[in-house]
Amino acid sequence: MAYVAIADRDNAHALHDPQTFLTKYVWSQDHKVIAIQYAVVAIAIGLVALVMSVLMRLQLGFPNTFSFIAPQNYLQFITMHGMIMVIYLLTALFLGGFGNFLIPLMCGSRDMVFPYMNMLSFWFYLVAVLVLAASLFVPGGPTGAGWTLYPPQAVMPGTPGAANWGIVLMLASLAIFIVAFTMGGLNYITTVLQARCRGMTLMRMPLSVWGIFCATILGLLAFPALFVSAVMMTLDSLAGTSFFLPAIASLGHNATHGGGSPLLFQHLFWFFGHPEVYIVALPAFGIVSDLLSTHARKNIFGYRMMVWAILAIACLSFVVWAHHMYVSGMNPYFGFFFATTTLIIAVPTALKVYNWVLTLYRGDIHLNVPMLFAMGFIFTFINGGLTGLFLGNVTVDVPLSGTYFVVAHFHMVMGVSPILVVFGAIYHWYPKITGRMMNETLGKIHFWSTLLGTYAIYLPMHYLGIMGVPRRYYAYSNSIDFIPLSVQQANKWITISAIFVATMQLIFLFNLVWSYFKGKPSGPNPWRATTLEWQTADTPAKHGNWGPKLPVVYRWAYDYSVPGAPEDFIPQNVPAGGNIPAGHDGHAHDHDHDHDHDHDHDHKRDKKS
Amino acid sequence: MSLTLAYSALLTGVLVWLFLVRKFSAKPWDASVPISALDGHDESVERPPAAKVGLLAFLGVASSLFGLFISAYFIRMGGGHGADVALSDWRAISESPLLWVNSIVLVFASITMQSSRVAAARGDARRTRSTLFWGGLLTIAFLIGQLIAWRQLRVSQFFDPSNPAVAFFYLLTGVHGLHLLGGLYVWGRTYLRLRFQHAEVIDVRLSVELCSVYWHYLLIVWIVLFGLLLAT
Repeated sequence: MAYVAIADRDNAHALHDPQTFLTKYVWSQDHKVIAIQYAVVAIAIGLVALVMSVLMRLQLGFPNTFSFIAPQNYLQFITMHGMIMVIYLLTALFLGGFGNFLIPLMCGSRDMVFPYMNMLSFWFYLVAVLVLAASLFVPGGPTGAGWTLYPPQAVMPGTPGAANWGIVLMLASLAIFIVAFTMGGLNYITTVLQARCRGMTLMRMPLSVWGIFCATILGLLAFPALFVSAVMMTLDSLAGTSFFLPAIASLGHNATHGGGSPLLFQHLFWFFGHPEVYIVALPAFGIVSDLLSTHARKNIFGYRMMVWAILAIACLSFVVWAHHMYVSGMNPYFGFFFATTTLIIAVPTALKVYNWVLTLYRGDIHLNVPMLFAMGFIFTFINGGLTGLFLGNVTVDVPLSGTYFVVAHFHMVMGVSPILVVFGAIYHWYPKITGRMMNETLGKIHFWSTLLGTYAIYLPMHYLGIMGVPRRYYAYSNSIDFIPLSVQQANKWITISAIFVATMQLIFLFNLVWSYFKGKPSGPNPWRATTLEWQTADTPAKHGNWGPKLPVVYRWAYDYSVPGAPEDFIPQNVPAGGNIPAGHDGHAHDHDHDHDHDHDHDHKRDKKS
Repeated sequence: MSLTLAYSALLTGVLVWLFLVRKFSAKPWDASVPISALDGHDESVERPPAAKVGLLAFLGVASSLFGLFISAYFIRMGGGHGADVALSDWRAISESPLLWVNSIVLVFASITMQSSRVAAARGDARRTRSTLFWGGLLTIAFLIGQLIAWRQLRVSQFFDPSNPAVAFFYLLTGVHGLHLLGGLYVWGRTYLRLRFQHAEVIDVRLSVELCSVYWHYLLIVWIVLFGLLLAT
């Protein structure tokens, strides 16, 4: 007898059936609920990191003004801001949030293949966040070692949090996060491989799924490097080992450590750290491809090339890590090798950019909020990517290393760019999650203030970097002669812009909550999109996603504006020559969802007959 | 790092071949191609169970983890940059002979797990139960043996946490032991179902099979780790 994948089983056998409030919304095994849990926690801790960035900027823009920001606090804010944004917000939101929500819906499955493990993944993630947040309240506060946690300073007295609990809690939190990610990641991979509905071949998957799938593989192979370094540094910190700590004198005394290799830590950290960039970027690449295609009413340009590019980037991302270490004292021949691989990885990345632009070319572009964010992403990603080419070359990197040029580069390329995609994706899928549209006007205000505001922040930072202004400094005293007065003026401007951008995020939060109660009912498919998640019987999709019968896929995800077709989109589950399901014609409907449901079933009956 | 690189290259090569090269000729935009011609999974073709695919993916993660530990071991030994500094504090230790005994116990645990898998495939409930029981018991014996080896090193003249050879000994054996403990959790659940919940052999056949795969994998990892510890 043929094996029946979980996706193909009937409801009674495939799924647990939650009855109580606790099993439905708290200890839930439903991928959609887990996705929202992930997203809410990620955004909550992300807001903490946002506040920290404002505090940092207050100090830099107006030094000697805020007595509650001491030098050690400043370093702690930097560290926590970086770590939270990269790992606990972006990684968790893209994979735990969007990955959880989109994979089963886009692949036509009822749920993840291991729902219980999926639930555990979220609760481990929550514990990781709580452990990290706990470090804010322990004696000595959180670690101030910088998000890269380089030894020996990360565990030596003098660095905030090194002599107390800060560094240990950070490392413990990372280890727990990695366990959580592994449980989630195994689910995402296996679901994509095993639980796609009939007809959903790998090469018919939407690029969002491709991006999330490949990012998960990267994460599963790269996070162990962070785990290894976290375990070894914990032992250095608590058990007196010397994996990373060299012979060193600290505060006038010889430390007991000796012989350890700080470079080893850097290699391990960046062996994780560089793929981490793509763990965040690949889902963003995938999602933005789908947003552009849907809102330009045009098939994605070069689908196969896009898939290849994602794969090529994923492979190459494991051989570029040491371009973060040009000034570390490693073998100089390594620099040549890693500069070359860094330039090579720019090829598939640029190819994707061309394809996005060519997707827009002669498209029927709808400048709604998701599209604006998607186009903002392309623009920002090109900016950030080009400065990456500067920094990827050893001779250019050496003078720029450790300056604000680097800060500007990575904020543009892996801060602002993916966050723009996150926003675009939330505006895009919010109707499927809640059944209501987000407010368009507020969305546009949010978009323009965020886009222009971030440019006001980061463009001047490039200038500061070229001037040689070092990063991570609490204050620039008059003794640093090469820093002119204009730098302080720029810092003021950046700080005011940062406060502006941070404040404007309140509009987004307001829109998120307000629309949940008062937003216009969206109907099942307000964007007239082709992918499967918009073809569910119910909006929001109910437990099990698909009602009694699983969808069958007959075409790829990008049949927009097909010549001769009655509508400008053909959903993936419509066979050749078939009609678009009633109620899926795209416009926002005022009638209730049950009515839509009936329509859908009527249509299915029609098709069968 | 070179080991990890080779491993990653191999894995990504396999993935590329598996997912893309085979599908390269697909033209996803052509909706007129019948489904079976595209995905090849008409009803007669079986997909491997999700749990099996999940386990294989996990073995990939574990390989990355152990590969990185081994890379770190080599670099810390002085195989990397700054070798002249690193070598000075690496003082080789003499491993306890008990590790040989433990290794043999683990080999037998793996063999017993395999015979349990064979018995389960045949539908032989009694033999499946007994071999599964002994497989787990031998694994517990291995872990106890490892703890004794830890204790022996603790009281020996070699014990010094700042000596990376000592630290790595505890670290590598500890991580390997934790993976076995995870395996024992699944083993315990499977055995309980078989022994006390009167599950049919067919219900646990997949679990037994996956346990055996996991045990073989961890045996190979142990052989590599033990060889590394002996050789350095």
